[in-house]
Amino acid sequence: MLNRILSTAEIEFRIALRNRWVAMGAAMMVLFSLVLSAAGTGATGVAADPLSVIVASLVSLAVYLVPLIALLVSFDAVAGEAERGTLALTLAYPLSRGSLLAGKLVAQTVVLALAILAGCGAAALMGFAMGGREAVQGLGALGRLFWTSLLLGMAFLSLGHALSCLARRASGAAAMAIGLWLAVIVLYDLGLLAAVVADDGGAFTTRVFPYALVLNPADAFRLFNLAASQSVDAASGLSGAASSIAVWKPLAALLLWPVVAALLARLSFERVQP
Amino acid sequence: MTILMLCNLTKRYDGRAALDDVSFRVAAGERVALLGHNGAGKSTLMKTVLGLLMPDGGSVDVAGHAPGSAVARAVTAYLPENAAFHPALTGREMLRHCLRLRGQPAHQADALLEKVGLADAADRRFGSYSKGMRQRVGLAQALIGAPRLMILDEPTSGLDPISRRDFYALLDELAGQGTAVLMSSHALSELEARTDRLLVLSKGRLVAEGTLAQLRAEAQLPLEVRITPRRDVDGTVRALFPEASGEGVLRFPCALRDKLDALSRIAQARDLIVDFDIHAPGLDDLYARISQRGAA
Repeated sequence: MLNRILSTAEIEFRIALRNRWVAMGAAMMVLFSLVLSAAGTGATGVAADPLSVIVASLVSLAVYLVPLIALLVSFDAVAGEAERGTLALTLAYPLSRGSLLAGKLVAQTVVLALAILAGCGAAALMGFAMGGREAVQGLGALGRLFWTSLLLGMAFLSLGHALSCLARRASGAAAMAIGLWLAVIVLYDLGLLAAVVADDGGAFTTRVFPYALVLNPADAFRLFNLAASQSVDAASGLSGAASSIAVWKPLAALLLWPVVAALLARLSFERVQP
Repeated sequence: MTILMLCNLTKRYDGRAALDDVSFRVAAGERVALLGHNGAGKSTLMKTVLGLLMPDGGSVDVAGHAPGSAVARAVTAYLPENAAFHPALTGREMLRHCLRLRGQPAHQADALLEKVGLADAADRRFGSYSKGMRQRVGLAQALIGAPRLMILDEPTSGLDPISRRDFYALLDELAGQGTAVLMSSHALSELEARTDRLLVLSKGRLVAEGTLAQLRAEAQLPLEVRITPRRDVDGTVRALFPEASGEGVLRFPCALRDKLDALSRIAQARDLIVDFDIHAPGLDDLYARISQRGAA
């Protein structure tokens, strides 16, 4: 079984490489990381070491960019094969549906990891270039940014697979992916914000809001990175909320989401009739 | 030995029967052709046999195992209709992957490509292949690991005549080794010589089954006699063959047992006739007759 998953992963990685997903993801991360490094340090001056400041701005960037790249890489996974007519053939092979999804997930996780690594590498270079040895203090936060981004990305890879199963066509899956990204990353926070303002410190703000925040993988990612390193909380308005929520909660959400999303994808795949 | 057995197989889509009470067997080494119009249920039948679709009634048995089970998948090869592998991959990469999925050594890919005549194109990307080349890659993956059952959906579509001949030679070789073959095709005439048995599906029902000779006898299709009279005596010839119709070339049907009578009548009018031809009903005529009957 493992050989089949690895073979699927290898072939999927080749496809990602040739489709230039790898190059595009890495380029996007590096570009934004460099721009933010340059802009971020100018604004906050000497408050912390430069790398920590860069990481703080990267956190708010990764929240948007990592799920987007993950959905871009994954939306085609099942719908694309169905459209090319190879899904029936693949499923007729001695390869379970779970293994097929696992192979694709492994390959796309590697693609994502390379992109995030490129972004983090660029940030580290900028940090050390500007702060010299002082930047060493920021390495912990950078490492944390890397693996939490990867967990966030994995959750969205599997969500992309689930959408790919639900939509019959790749174009439909792409539209749904954009919709999901908008809803979870952009509109969710706006909605919460509106609710908090309307509630004006009532039961929603104290009881529901912290959970609502933790339940969204993107917000959990932001909260955890802010809460875990005190030095990073300069850049976001969420710092107030972050201090009131125990660190383990967003961490648990970040760890659980990839698992839940993978199960969702597997369940959706079960309903697909090639 | 029976490799594939279907018993009263029924499959419905939204209440409409795509397969209606279909039963047949395919033995080891037997080549069975599945005929039918588009939408007659051929692909549905194949996908049910592969375990990709769940039947609403009846059962399928693949070498003693349930369709879609690990054993059934391991012994079954499939060539889907119009399958196009990812355009970014080369033929060799795709076949190596297919081999690994079937637990076979990946280095066999080159030999397989050689076998289907694609050795030269092994390192080209799938996107640059012609339709015939794609079909041959599909065929190559179906040859992996000496399958006991081969399900081929329109395997010769897009192949040129020489490739078709090669394909049927491969099929003969496989059948000789004991592989049971179930294939669908639109190219009726080429099936005549190349298959052991024909199954005709119409609107999900199995309306005819047997060898070509059996089906021919059963359908009782008449021969068609075609006569080209000399231009100046057209009217005279028409009078001699009052049952004939047509402009220029006269045609009339003739039952098998009346063949010699027709021949002697033609011989008597030999001075008036430029040419004649007796046309035996082909598979196309037979198929048209059977599917008409099935639809009625």
